[in-house]
Amino acid sequence: MTAHSASVSVPIFEITASDVAPSLGLRELWTFRELLYFLVWRDVKVRYKQTVLGAAWAILQPVMTMAVFAIFLGRLARVPSDNMPYPLFAFAGLVPWTYFATALANGSMSIVGSQQLISKIYFPRLLVPIASAVTPLVDFALAMATLVPLLWWYGVTPGAALVFLPAFVVLAMATAFAASLWLATLTVSYRDVRYLVPFVIQFWMFATPVAYPASLVPERWRVVYGLNPLTGVVEGFRWSIAGGPPPGSMAGVSAIVVAAMLVTGLIYFRRFEGTFADVI
Amino acid sequence: MSSDTVIHIEHLAKRYQLGTSVEPYRTLRDTLAGWVRSPFATRSASPDAMSIWALDDVSFDVRRGEVLGIIGGNGAGKSTLLKILSRITTPTRGRARIVGRIGSLLEVGTGFHPELTGRENIFLNGAILGMSRREIVRKFDEIVAFAEVERFIDTAVKYYSSGMYVRLAFAVAAHLEPEILIVDEVLSVGDARFQQKCLGKIDDVARGGRTVLFVTHNMAAVHRLATSVVWLERGRVMSIGAPRPTIAAYLGGERTARFVAPARKDGPHVLEAEIRDAAGSAASRVLNTEPIGIWIRYVLPRRTPGVVVGIGVLSADGVPLFTSNTNDVEAAMPEAAGEYEASVTIPADVLLAGDYHVALCLWDHADLFDWHEPALSFVVEHGPSILYARSGDRKGFVHVPCAWNAPSMAPA
Repeated sequence: MTAHSASVSVPIFEITASDVAPSLGLRELWTFRELLYFLVWRDVKVRYKQTVLGAAWAILQPVMTMAVFAIFLGRLARVPSDNMPYPLFAFAGLVPWTYFATALANGSMSIVGSQQLISKIYFPRLLVPIASAVTPLVDFALAMATLVPLLWWYGVTPGAALVFLPAFVVLAMATAFAASLWLATLTVSYRDVRYLVPFVIQFWMFATPVAYPASLVPERWRVVYGLNPLTGVVEGFRWSIAGGPPPGSMAGVSAIVVAAMLVTGLIYFRRFEGTFADVI
Repeated sequence: MSSDTVIHIEHLAKRYQLGTSVEPYRTLRDTLAGWVRSPFATRSASPDAMSIWALDDVSFDVRRGEVLGIIGGNGAGKSTLLKILSRITTPTRGRARIVGRIGSLLEVGTGFHPELTGRENIFLNGAILGMSRREIVRKFDEIVAFAEVERFIDTAVKYYSSGMYVRLAFAVAAHLEPEILIVDEVLSVGDARFQQKCLGKIDDVARGGRTVLFVTHNMAAVHRLATSVVWLERGRVMSIGAPRPTIAAYLGGERTARFVAPARKDGPHVLEAEIRDAAGSAASRVLNTEPIGIWIRYVLPRRTPGVVVGIGVLSADGVPLFTSNTNDVEAAMPEAAGEYEASVTIPADVLLAGDYHVALCLWDHADLFDWHEPALSFVVEHGPSILYARSGDRKGFVHVPCAWNAPSMAPA
């Protein structure tokens, strides 16, 4: 399916039986950018209308987790924290992790969850997982705001590394989006994948230095450890905000892995999106 | 392909795999287990084993400004065709070329969110249907006025009555301004007055020079709106052309004295119906000198006050001749949940000889619960009637017993 303009006003659409989408359809995504805005706007609006605690929930969730980690892992198990106060260490890891976990959980269910839309109206299907990666940024911003008093309390002032923070946020979004492309497409054809997702997320958290530092992993295994893109994200995030060891080569490996996941994910998604309406 | 062709369809075909439970691998677990058991087996399911051609080699052109009605029985491929043209799904074979922006309305209220207010849903739904934000802002007041929901515009739509909900949803869609408008069976919603309003709106769209494709079972709507008609059956084009002969061919195709509704769970609905002759047995041929009975069995799944059962009699080419409803007389209608039988008699010597169809309808003051058009078909034949004593042919459809005065000498 392609769209090209014969003149400025009258687009011509060719509908054919081709299986493989020839391009990413970026131009079309751009023409539908307002729909992306409305999808995100809807999800944010509905989320804050439905929950009693509303915005407080976005803050409470990582704060409570931090408290549990601080008591059991920081205080009792004495998990090291790269010379940072453990609660700050844990929270600085939980903020990007919570974003990622939410984005991935929503993203993998996004296509199946939009069944009604997809079977009744045409729009670039990529908008659905994109919206799932964008929406949790609102919660993420609230959690970030909570980080400020915490830094002040522990007397930590972010250094020059702070300029790298946006890069790690983008990396987190890219990881969540890329993994969502795979899981969302798989969930359409294989209905049991949805039961797999919570397990994947839990497993992924243990494989990510959220509650413990990456420095616990022996030096020679660091690069392998970096194959989990979230390692680079969480370590880098912590480094840019609260100091600690720079993520170094791990971040580079993470970025390469994310790029590979993204490209294959996009191909896989575009390959099957034409049949979403039939099998959903 | 001439210059004013806006839709060019060539050998379009679509195959669906049938029955989700017999599909070879539906869970990842089974797929993986399959790999383990027989790692070298071919994974592709044999395509013909469990598949159906929903569309089978369909070709036709639509010209600019044409209003094309698409008719056909259940499973004829009408909705599949609209889905392919709307780019919701891809064809298995063939191609289509579309010149112009398409707006499709396959369902009323797609993407409406119950938690959001009417105002918010107008923006959301408008964006989903392809309107720009600026376009929605510009038409906002018009949409609200059309839907007649001014007082509730800032109320969450989950508190709307079904009538209000449908009106708002249609109002948004009705204000789309694409070059080509594609509409599936959405006119069968809302009350009769609102339906008229919707038909009027589609009329306006067509008169504005835009192209409209619509699917409906409502032959009166086809008559009123369509400039040409495609009749699909089992995925193939049976005939295409002017509305009157195409509709007549479609309706004449099957003559059924007995109607059994497709299974359905929710809402009051018709279960079965029958044309009965004077002796009370099912008949697709009746005499014009005898009363014609129509028997309807329907169900109320829960207590429903104010239900009205109605019939409509249509001519062979689908023009509505008259309707008759239980609330035309002071009939006490049962309200409790349960199955009921209703019957109505068309008096003798009313319908003239010819082919007729019967539409069935179930509704209350707010909602149309169920509607089948046409449900039944029958032939009226000449009986031993004074109406046909002198001529075997009378114009028109019905005999109205008018009073004649014996002619007298005109005053000079």
